[in-house]
Amino acid sequence: MEQTIAAISTSIVSSGAINIVRLSGNDAIEIADKVFVSKKGIKLSEVNSHTVHYGNIINKGNLVDEVLVIVMKAPNTYTKEDVVEIDCHGGILVTKKVLETILDAGAVLAEPGEFTKRAFLNGRMDLSQAEAVIDVIHSKNEYALKSSIRLLSGKLSEKIKNIRTILLNHISYIEAALDDPEHMSLDNYADKVNKDVDNCVDIVENLWKSADNGSIVHNGIRTVILGKTNTGKSSLLNALAKEEKAIVTDIEGTTRDTLEEQINLGGITLCLVDTAGIRDTDDYVESIGVKKAKENAENADLIIFVVDSSRELDENDEQIISLIKDKKVIVLLNKNDLDSVVTEKDLQKIKEYNKEFIAISISAKNETGLDTLENAIKEMFFLGNISFDDEIYIYNTRQKNLLKEAYESLKLVKSGIADGMSEDFLTIDLMNAYEKLGVIIGEAVEDDVANQIFSKFCMGK
Amino acid sequence: MPIYVEALQISFAVIIRINVVKLYWQFWYCASEWGMFMSNICENYDVVVVGAGHAGCEAALACARLGLSTICFTVSCESIAMMPCNPNIGGSSKGHIVREVDALGGEMGKNIDATFIQSKMLNQSKGPAVHSLRAQADKAAYSQKMRMVMENTDNLLVRQAEVSEIIVDNKVIKGVKTVSGAVYAAKAVILCTGVYLKARCIYGDVSYETGPNGLLPANHLTKSLVDNGIEVRRFKTGTPARVDKRSIDFSKMTEQFGDERIVPFSFTTDPDSIQKEQVSCWLTYTNEDTHKIIMDNIDRSPLFSGTIHGTGPRYCPSIEDKVVRFADKDRHQVFIEPEGLYTNEMYLGGMSSSMPEDVQYAMYKTVPGLEHVKIVRNAYAIEYDCISAIQLKLSLEFKNIKGLFAAGQINGSSGYEEAAGQGIIAGINAAMYIKNKSPLILDRSESYIGVLIDDLVTKETLEPYRMMTSRAEYRLLLRQDNADLRLTKYGYQVGLINEERMNHVREKECLIQEEIERVKNVNIGTKDSVQELITSYGSSELTTGITLAELIKRPELSYQCLESIDTQRPQLSEEVAEQVNIHLKYEGYIDRQLRQVERFKKLENKIIPDSIDYNKINGLRKEAMQKLDKFRPHSIGQASRISGVSPADISVLLVYIAARR
Repeated sequence: MEQTIAAISTSIVSSGAINIVRLSGNDAIEIADKVFVSKKGIKLSEVNSHTVHYGNIINKGNLVDEVLVIVMKAPNTYTKEDVVEIDCHGGILVTKKVLETILDAGAVLAEPGEFTKRAFLNGRMDLSQAEAVIDVIHSKNEYALKSSIRLLSGKLSEKIKNIRTILLNHISYIEAALDDPEHMSLDNYADKVNKDVDNCVDIVENLWKSADNGSIVHNGIRTVILGKTNTGKSSLLNALAKEEKAIVTDIEGTTRDTLEEQINLGGITLCLVDTAGIRDTDDYVESIGVKKAKENAENADLIIFVVDSSRELDENDEQIISLIKDKKVIVLLNKNDLDSVVTEKDLQKIKEYNKEFIAISISAKNETGLDTLENAIKEMFFLGNISFDDEIYIYNTRQKNLLKEAYESLKLVKSGIADGMSEDFLTIDLMNAYEKLGVIIGEAVEDDVANQIFSKFCMGK
Repeated sequence: MPIYVEALQISFAVIIRINVVKLYWQFWYCASEWGMFMSNICENYDVVVVGAGHAGCEAALACARLGLSTICFTVSCESIAMMPCNPNIGGSSKGHIVREVDALGGEMGKNIDATFIQSKMLNQSKGPAVHSLRAQADKAAYSQKMRMVMENTDNLLVRQAEVSEIIVDNKVIKGVKTVSGAVYAAKAVILCTGVYLKARCIYGDVSYETGPNGLLPANHLTKSLVDNGIEVRRFKTGTPARVDKRSIDFSKMTEQFGDERIVPFSFTTDPDSIQKEQVSCWLTYTNEDTHKIIMDNIDRSPLFSGTIHGTGPRYCPSIEDKVVRFADKDRHQVFIEPEGLYTNEMYLGGMSSSMPEDVQYAMYKTVPGLEHVKIVRNAYAIEYDCISAIQLKLSLEFKNIKGLFAAGQINGSSGYEEAAGQGIIAGINAAMYIKNKSPLILDRSESYIGVLIDDLVTKETLEPYRMMTSRAEYRLLLRQDNADLRLTKYGYQVGLINEERMNHVREKECLIQEEIERVKNVNIGTKDSVQELITSYGSSELTTGITLAELIKRPELSYQCLESIDTQRPQLSEEVAEQVNIHLKYEGYIDRQLRQVERFKKLENKIIPDSIDYNKINGLRKEAMQKLDKFRPHSIGQASRISGVSPADISVLLVYIAARR
C-alpha cells in the first residue's frame, strides 16, 4: 500500500505568518492523532470529514506548536486520499519541527510534486490539469494566474479538441477512401482539406504566437533601459520600483554593469534591465558599454530609451538610436520639470530607425507621467485589453514547442497539396499535427511527457 | 581412445536416451487411448500442422525447411491451397503481405507467379505506398502447384485425416488425435483450420453442415479446444455465385486488361520469365432494379432474418449488406473474373450473397450482360468457429498452452494472404520454440504482417479481420517494392533464406545508397538539353543550376526520366532505380515517417513489469483496468493499442511505472 507522505506546502522562502504541513495517505489521520492533542480532548479518527480542530503538536512530551488541524477524508480531497493539514503559527523553524515530528510518527517526506502526482494517479485530474497546477504555482502575477486557471478549466483543451476533430475527420475519410475507392471518392478532396487546414493553421498559429504574450504574462516583460549617463535612469528605476515592493535580484554571472529587477507595474511584471549607460570618456570602455547595451537590447521585449530632454541629443544618443531598430520602444523624455530642448525634429531622427516608437514626457524626479508610461506598456503588449477574459495564453515551453510542430505539420499539408501530392501523403502530416496537438491535451501519449511535467513541481504540491 | 570414437559413443548414448523418451511418450499416449479407440497408430513428429490451406501450407513448409519432421493434415489432398472464394492473390495491402511472405522465404509469391493468368499493379495514380500488386490465378493450377511443392519438400508429409483433438499435458502441447483415434505426438502443433470448424453453409433457408465447395467440415476439434480452456467464437463470411461463361454477354461490360509489363510477386522470379498473354476480367454494375429485388426480399436473407449468428466482415460485405448500408448509391461494381484457363466458371466479384436461390437468379439477371446468366454454383454464406486471438502471444503461440500455435482464419482474419502471413510466422516460431530460440516478432513499423498480428492479438476484433493500407501507420515505409529490403534479413536469420539471396539484397542496398549519394551531388546546369527534356515532361525551365536530386523532387519528373541528362549514371537494375527514385522523390515524407517510427519505438520499448497489479492503480478507468488485466500487454506501446485503454490511462501507467522504479 502507498505510504503516507508529508511536506510543508507553503513556500519556505517567503514564509508568512501561517505555514501548512500537509499529510496524505491511508494513515494520515492516524499519524496526526499520534502527535496532535486536541484542546477538547477529541481524537481526529473520530471527527467528521472537512472539520477544523484546535490543539497542540507534541513531540516526546514537549509542546512544539499551537495549531489548527483540518481533517479531510477520502475521496473528496486533493489527492483522493485521506488528507490532514496542520496550520502552524510559530514561524518556519517551528514548522520544520512540526514536520519532523510527523515524519517521526510514521509519515515519509513527499517528493516534489508527489501530492499532485497522487491526485493524478488517483484519477483526480488529467495531465493537462496537473500541468496547469504547476503553472498556477509558478505564476508571478494575477494575469498569469488567471490564465493558468483558465487552462486548468480546460479552455485550451476545448480549442485543440475542435481542431483535432477536423483533422481526424479528414484523415479517416482519406484512409477509408484509399481502401474503398469504389464507394468513396477522393476527387477534389484535397481542396476541401486545404480549406479546413487553412482555418486550423490560423488557430494554431494564434495559439502558438500567443505563447510570446503568454511568456510575457507569465515571466514578465523583459525591459531594457537605455540612455547615456545622467539622463535619470536610476531615478526612473527608483520611481518605478517604489510602486510596489521590488524583488531585487542580482543575476549571477553578469557584470556589475547590468542590474536586473522585477517590478510589478499595475499587474504587469516588468523585468527591468538597467544598463550602465553609454559613456563617452574612454574608447575602450565605450565599446564595452555599447556591446553590452546591444546584447541587452537584442534580447529585450521592450526598450525604454531615456532621453534627458533638457540637453540636446548628441552622438551617444544617436548610437543608442541605432540599437533600437525593430523593437518595441518607448522614448522617455525625462526631466520635463526642466526646460525642454529636444525638438520634434530630433524625434524624427529616431523615426528613421524605428517607426512605431512612443514618446512620453515624464519627470522621474517628481514621479509625474508614470501612469502614462504604464498605460503605454499595456497598450503595446496587450493592445490595451488586459482583461484576458477570452484569451488563452500559452506560456509553457513544452506546449509552445508542440504547437509550433503542429503548425509546421499543417504548413506541410498545405505545401503537399500545392505540390499535387496524392492524398496518402497528406495523411502523414495531418497525423503528425493531430498527434502533436493530442500530446498537449493528454489525448496522445509521448513517452516522457508525464515525467517531464511532474519533475517541474516543487516540494509540497 | 581416439577422440572421435568417444564422441561417437556419447552421441549414441544421447540418441538412445532420446529414443527411450520418445518411446515412452508413444507408449503412454497409445496405451492411454487404447481403451477408447483400439487404434494402434501412433507416430512422432516435431510439428503437426492442422490444415493445408494458405496458412497451413506456409507453416508446414517453413517448419520442414527448417529441418523439422512435419506432418500436415488436410480433410482432402485435392484441397491443398484451395481458393474457395475470389480467384486472385494480392490486391490493396494484401499484395504487400504476399511480398513480405516471399521476403521471409515463403511460397505464396512463387506459387502465384507460376500460375497467374492476369497481373495488375493497382493504385498507380497514387503514391508508392499504396501501389499494390494483384494477380488473377488459375485456381486449379495454383492448388496443384502448391500440392506438388508440399509433396516434394523434405521432412514434410501431407496426411488426409480429420484431427479431432489436441493433446495437452500440464499446459504443454503433446500432439493431436484424429477421428480414427490415431495419435500423432509432436513438440509443437499449429492450428490452421480455416473455416472448417463446425462449418455451415447457408443460402436462403437452405443450411447444411459442410465446408466450402462441399468439403467435409471438422466437427470435433472445437470441443477439444474448449475443453482445454480456449475461448471460441463464431464468424461468418460469404462468396458470390460462379456462372457459366457462355451465358454472359461481354459486349455490355468493360474489359479489364492486365498490365503491359508484368511485375512478379516473388523477388526470386525473373520478370522476363513471366511475361505472357493474359486473360481479361470484365466490369459491369448493379442498378436500381437489382437493389429493388434485394430490398423486396430482404426478409428472406438469413443475414437479416437472424438465421446467421456469426459476425461478418464489414470490409468485404455481401451485396445485400452494401445495398442496405450504402442506400444512397444507385450502383455497385461487379467484376467478372475467370476461375481458370480450363473452366468456364466465372466469379461475380462484388456480389457475394446468402439470398435464396431464386432471388440470386433474379438479382444477377438485372445486371447488364448477365440477363441470361446460368449459375454453376450458388452464392452462399459460411459460418465457422474461430478463436479469440487475444489468447495468443505476438509469436502466435497460445499464452496458456506451450507449443500450441494458431494461424489464419481460425484467428479471426479473412483472406488468403492474411492467412499465409500468419502461417509463415507461426511455422517459424514453432521451429524457434522447438529449437529453444527466441521467436520472430515483426513490429508495426517494419511490416504489414507485424501490423496484422499485433492487431489480431491486441485488439478484440469482433468481425473477420481484413488487411487494409489504413491499418498500417507507417505505410510509406512499408511499401510492396521494398519488402525484400525490410524482411529478407529475418528470413535469413531464421534459416529460410540462403546466403546467396541475402547477399543479393545486401548488394542491392549498397547500390541504392551509393546511387542516392551520387545523385545528390550531380549538378544540373541550365543547358538547352536540360531545358528541352524537362519541359517535354511539362516541367518549368530551370533559372539556375540545381542538383539532380532536387530536380527529381518535381512531381512531374523522376529519376528514370532524367537519364539522358545524367551522363555519369551507372548501369542499374529496374528495382534499384525504382528505390533511388522513391527515396529522393519522397525524402521529406520518408524522413518524417521515420521520426514517427522513432516515437513509436520509444513506447514500444517501455516494457511493463510482469508483476504489475493493475487493480492497484486507481487513476485508471475501470474499463482500462479490466482490459489491461485481461491482456497483460508486453509494452506501453501495446497497451496503448488495446481498445478501451485511453491515452489518459497510458499516461497514468507511465507515471505509475516510473514512480515504482
